[in-house]
Amino acid sequence: MLGGAATLAAPPAWTQGFAGLGRSAGDFAQPDPDYRFRFPRDHGPHPSFRIEWWYVTANLALADGTPCGVQWTLFRSALAPEGPVTGWQTPQAWMGHAGLTLPDRHFAAERLARGGIGQAGVVAEPFAAWIDEWRMAGPSLSSVRMQATGPDFGYDLTLAASGPFVAQGIGGYSVKSAAGQASHYYSQPFYRVEGNLLFPDGPRAVTGRAWLDREWSSQPLEAGQTGWDWFSLHLGAGEKLMGFRLRGTSDFTAATWIDADGTPHPMPDGAFQADPRRHVTVAGRRVPVAWRLRLAQKGLDIRLAALNEQAWMPLAFPYWEGPVTFEGSHDGAGYLEMTGYE
Amino acid sequence: MLNVVDVTKSYPGADGPVAVLRGVSLTLMAGETLALTGESGSGKSTLLHLVGGLDTADGGRIVLEGTDLTPLGDGERARIRRTLVGVVFQQFNLIPSLNVAANISFQARLAGVSDRDWNAALADRLGLTPHLAKYPEQLSGGQQQRVAIGRTLAARPRLVLADEPTGNLDEKSGAAVLALMLDLVAETGAALLTVTHSQRLASRMDRRLLLEDGKAVAR
Amino acid sequence: MIGAGLQALLSHWMRRPFQLLTLMLGLATATALWSGVQAINAEARASYDRAAGVLAGPPRATLLPRDGDTIAQDTYLALRRAGWPVSPLIEGRLPLPGGALRLVGVDPFTLPRDDLPQGTGDAATGQDFIGSEGRLLVAPETAERLDGADLPPAIPLESVAPGIAYADIGVAQRLLGLDGRISRLVLTGKPALGAPPLDRIAPELERRAPESGADIAALTDSFHLNLTAFGLLSFAVGLFIVRGAVGLAFEQRRPVFRTLRALGLTRGILLALLMAELTVLALIAGAIGVALGWLVATMLLPDVAATLRGLYGAEVQGTLTLRPSWWATGIGIAVAGTALSAAGSLWQVARLPLLAPAQPRAWARASVAALRWQVAAAMALVAVAIALALTPSGLVGGFVLLGALLVAAALLLPPLLHAALAGLARFSRGPMGEWFWADTRQQLPGLSLALMALLLALAANIGVGTMVSSFRLTFTGWLDQRLASELYVTAKTEAQAADLLAFLAPRTTAILPIKSVDIRIGDAPGEIYGVADDPTYRDNWPLIAAGPDVWDRVAAGQAVLVNEQLARRDGLWPGSRVTLPGDWDAPVAGVYSDYGNPLAQVLVGLASFDRMFPQAPELRFGLRVPEGAVAGLRQALIDEFGLPPDNMVDQASLKQFSLDVFERTFTVTAALNVLTLSVAGLAILTSLLTLATMRLPQLAPVWALGLTRRRLALLELLRALLLAFLTLIVALPVGLLLAFVLLAVINVQAFGWRLPMHVFPSDWIWLGGLSLLAAALASLPPALQLSRIPPSRLLGVFANER
Repeated sequence: MLGGAATLAAPPAWTQGFAGLGRSAGDFAQPDPDYRFRFPRDHGPHPSFRIEWWYVTANLALADGTPCGVQWTLFRSALAPEGPVTGWQTPQAWMGHAGLTLPDRHFAAERLARGGIGQAGVVAEPFAAWIDEWRMAGPSLSSVRMQATGPDFGYDLTLAASGPFVAQGIGGYSVKSAAGQASHYYSQPFYRVEGNLLFPDGPRAVTGRAWLDREWSSQPLEAGQTGWDWFSLHLGAGEKLMGFRLRGTSDFTAATWIDADGTPHPMPDGAFQADPRRHVTVAGRRVPVAWRLRLAQKGLDIRLAALNEQAWMPLAFPYWEGPVTFEGSHDGAGYLEMTGYE
Repeated sequence: MLNVVDVTKSYPGADGPVAVLRGVSLTLMAGETLALTGESGSGKSTLLHLVGGLDTADGGRIVLEGTDLTPLGDGERARIRRTLVGVVFQQFNLIPSLNVAANISFQARLAGVSDRDWNAALADRLGLTPHLAKYPEQLSGGQQQRVAIGRTLAARPRLVLADEPTGNLDEKSGAAVLALMLDLVAETGAALLTVTHSQRLASRMDRRLLLEDGKAVAR
Repeated sequence: MIGAGLQALLSHWMRRPFQLLTLMLGLATATALWSGVQAINAEARASYDRAAGVLAGPPRATLLPRDGDTIAQDTYLALRRAGWPVSPLIEGRLPLPGGALRLVGVDPFTLPRDDLPQGTGDAATGQDFIGSEGRLLVAPETAERLDGADLPPAIPLESVAPGIAYADIGVAQRLLGLDGRISRLVLTGKPALGAPPLDRIAPELERRAPESGADIAALTDSFHLNLTAFGLLSFAVGLFIVRGAVGLAFEQRRPVFRTLRALGLTRGILLALLMAELTVLALIAGAIGVALGWLVATMLLPDVAATLRGLYGAEVQGTLTLRPSWWATGIGIAVAGTALSAAGSLWQVARLPLLAPAQPRAWARASVAALRWQVAAAMALVAVAIALALTPSGLVGGFVLLGALLVAAALLLPPLLHAALAGLARFSRGPMGEWFWADTRQQLPGLSLALMALLLALAANIGVGTMVSSFRLTFTGWLDQRLASELYVTAKTEAQAADLLAFLAPRTTAILPIKSVDIRIGDAPGEIYGVADDPTYRDNWPLIAAGPDVWDRVAAGQAVLVNEQLARRDGLWPGSRVTLPGDWDAPVAGVYSDYGNPLAQVLVGLASFDRMFPQAPELRFGLRVPEGAVAGLRQALIDEFGLPPDNMVDQASLKQFSLDVFERTFTVTAALNVLTLSVAGLAILTSLLTLATMRLPQLAPVWALGLTRRRLALLELLRALLLAFLTLIVALPVGLLLAFVLLAVINVQAFGWRLPMHVFPSDWIWLGGLSLLAAALASLPPALQLSRIPPSRLLGVFANER
């Protein structure tokens, strides 16, 4: 889930510390291919790494069946590998993004904070992640309440996992370029969701599925990589598919096919093919909102379309993020994130 | 080159318009000199101003080098004054802030026909070469009038008009200035129309025309 | 054609360099004074913009503690965690040599980027800025002052106001010794959906509506309008010189214009050439003028800055920034002024008949008809002035009234002088006297423009001088009344205040608590003071209007006092009512003068004050102390309580400070006054010098008839002195009228107070002497010239008669 990482590059308060993910990692810790996750410890922050995120997307439906989606993201960004743990001078900076997408409307909000004074942070057990009044907390990461609000929208949802956490890449070591840039990456794609969307005229009940991505690194991108298209898909028969295309001088793709019982099947570069089929103008840019996706190894060939083509996140670092539906060899719904369309 | 036909002109007076010219006609050939004489108030200066495009006639026609001046507007008459006509005034009307050399070449430069050699030759002939750097106020009356003549001829006008050119000068220098003017006009082949009440001056011209009560009465 | 024509026109100036100098001097000085004032105004306004509310960006609501100075950081967190978009701000002062540094700590994470001064964005978001050492963002001149101070490294930025430093909030907390505290919270947007109300999360905070950054600009507007009016007056006086020089140059070249036209230059081209000539001259003179204006502004700005700081608390940079718009407007006004001065002359050239006899005309001959026209115009202006005086028309109306009065007086001057000279001529005996008066009258038209300039300058001097002196007299008297307590003390905390009271009780004759809050009264910033019931107030307070039993009613909480500014602004006189916090519709019992305070003020009894503002701390006290005990008590307070010297002000220094502010306020007006008078002197000098060259034909016959050159020169001198003196006589009533308008109209509109007028005849004698000296100095060079003129030149007058 690289998209969120790049958004860290933009807000003014972050530019010095995060001038692009392609920057050298310096004294920060480096991802280790032999590292194996230990939970719940790894649900908490890894401050010696430069960047990290807790990234949830949910495909939901209103009581009348109207499809919709929400996004809840907390980024951690270290301005220095070490420093005071508390107080204003802590190098741990935090950024939250929240999104809510209906077929005809889209909302976005953003928060920035420093961790050392308690305004934002993550605790592994009992699990809690927060920035300002936005929270995702529960007895454990498998059972959380997730809340966020903007001036004119909000949501209050409970998430309960019905399957295991899934390591992405090779045992959680996810390679991001031919040169070997990588991150630690795991997911929880099996959340069941219920709760309310909040609007000025009152709450509206929703139910659906959610997907959590956890990722941390210090230099996940190669310098020449300009943007990406990232897909997280709930397939009809209970399987999941994570796939991304990193655009650059030459494209790099990766994907993980996840069986309904949570068994991951990582795919090599090039196995996953993503081809834009139709562009529309969003916020003055040409953005692809219909795709053809193929994964020959699993006989997947689907046509995918955005629920709301204008799902633009007009934040300090703007990007497109919203629910999608697809049909073809497989049917289902999921989330699409696209960055770097200028 | 100049054809004046039946020209009339009157000025507003205290008791209604006063007729100054009541139908005057004259012709002038290229290279010819003509003296216009008459009493004060006979209209001779007025006729000169009309021919020079300084004023407009009420009736009749004034044809100069094929151009009828009577219907012309202000700007066109200014062009005629610049290019075809040169006027030597009784008040020398030099530009006090320009030196002699600049005054001599002035009209030629206005008309865009200034010729350095010709200016120098004129200054030489007029005896002004030692005074070129002086300003008008430093010259005697005779010298000033010679500058005015030089300014007029420097532009090589087809018609030179002179209004009492020696009126402000004593007899001796007046005669000298007149002789010079006649010589130079003859050399440039221009026609000369002089207004004067001096019979001596008039006698030096090819022809004479006497104006009386706004009419030409004798040749 | 154009080249030759232009040469003929321009050569005039080469032959008459002095005339050119006059024109340029007049135009340049006019432009200089105008653009100097504009530069000062522009600089001040730019400073307000930068300083307005510390933060740039749109005005934002703030949350302030109801009690005490600071907010706990936990309150900030509670608000953020409840969905309130607030950004913390901490403010304080760091003592530094050359004046305290105002330190503003911000959180770049929660403060919108545009709220920081323009251009600080990148510097304020770097890791160095946030890091533990931190950085200070300051103006370049502040950075110089910080050299060697034990502070974080400074980053100089042009966009930061002087005297302010921005730092990360953590750094600022450390520097100010206020860890975990916040001065105020800025509301940066709408609260999140469903956020609980503010008073549920932080009842200890008070929400303050966005302070329009325009407040300070509104307060100082009147001051700047004053300056602008003086700039305009100086400009007008300068234009008299320009008009004189242009008129003369056109008059002298009239025969040349005719000759040029006779030689075939069209009317249009002649006019175009003349306009081009004037434009070029105006551009050059304008550029010189703007440069001189720069000089003027540079010299005056420190005083202006001090005034604005003292009077309004507005921080203005003491140095000028070059602004392209300022150059453009300065040169533009020079061109416009020239066009205005030359319009009449150009019109004459446009209508110049080609053949009219080319005889020289007396320059600006004043016909009887012209004099009548002037009188009529003056009367019309007087009517306008009367109409304006009778209807309330605001500050601009007040200045229009002033302008109408001054122009009317200027227009009336020539007819008045004419009449005066005619009257004086009747007393003359003998041919010399007759000649002198007749000749003086003949001179009048040529000098009248210069004399009008002198009149304006003198009237302005008398008017402003009278106003300042009246103000000074009233102000010092008022200070004596108002500052009745010998020592004013401010405690740091309420606990300390209690200790102080116990300590002070046996050592003072009276302790007068002074409590105050800043609050908006009506729709403008104001303040409410609570005062004790004490003879000090009853005996001294400078009431200018009072109902019966004023102090009893105030002490009993039945009524309040308002200051003159508020009374005049809202029409609150004894018998009216004013709405105060807590829905108190309070009767106004009296009005007191409150000079130097830009704010509306209400005075209430202590009990009433405590009822309205129970939270307001009691920290300030006025102490009545026996004469001579002040210094000892002061020292004792420092020794016993460690009270910083800043927290104690004795009456004497407070008075001195107030008077200093006062004097500074009028330094600028005084300087402009002197400059205007100098310009008028220059106008006389140039007029006399140009006249001198034209006067030979008039003087030569008198000389030939047996008057010595020395005698002639003396008479010339005498004539100038006489005319200056007569002008002074006219200027006196005009100046007094001006003073009256300034005191009774302009001051009320600009500052909100009206002052009694006092006259100072000794000042007039001084000014009269000065103006006669100026006239004498101005007429001396031409007179000397005349006394030494070679007889041959006088003879030449006859010889030249061709």
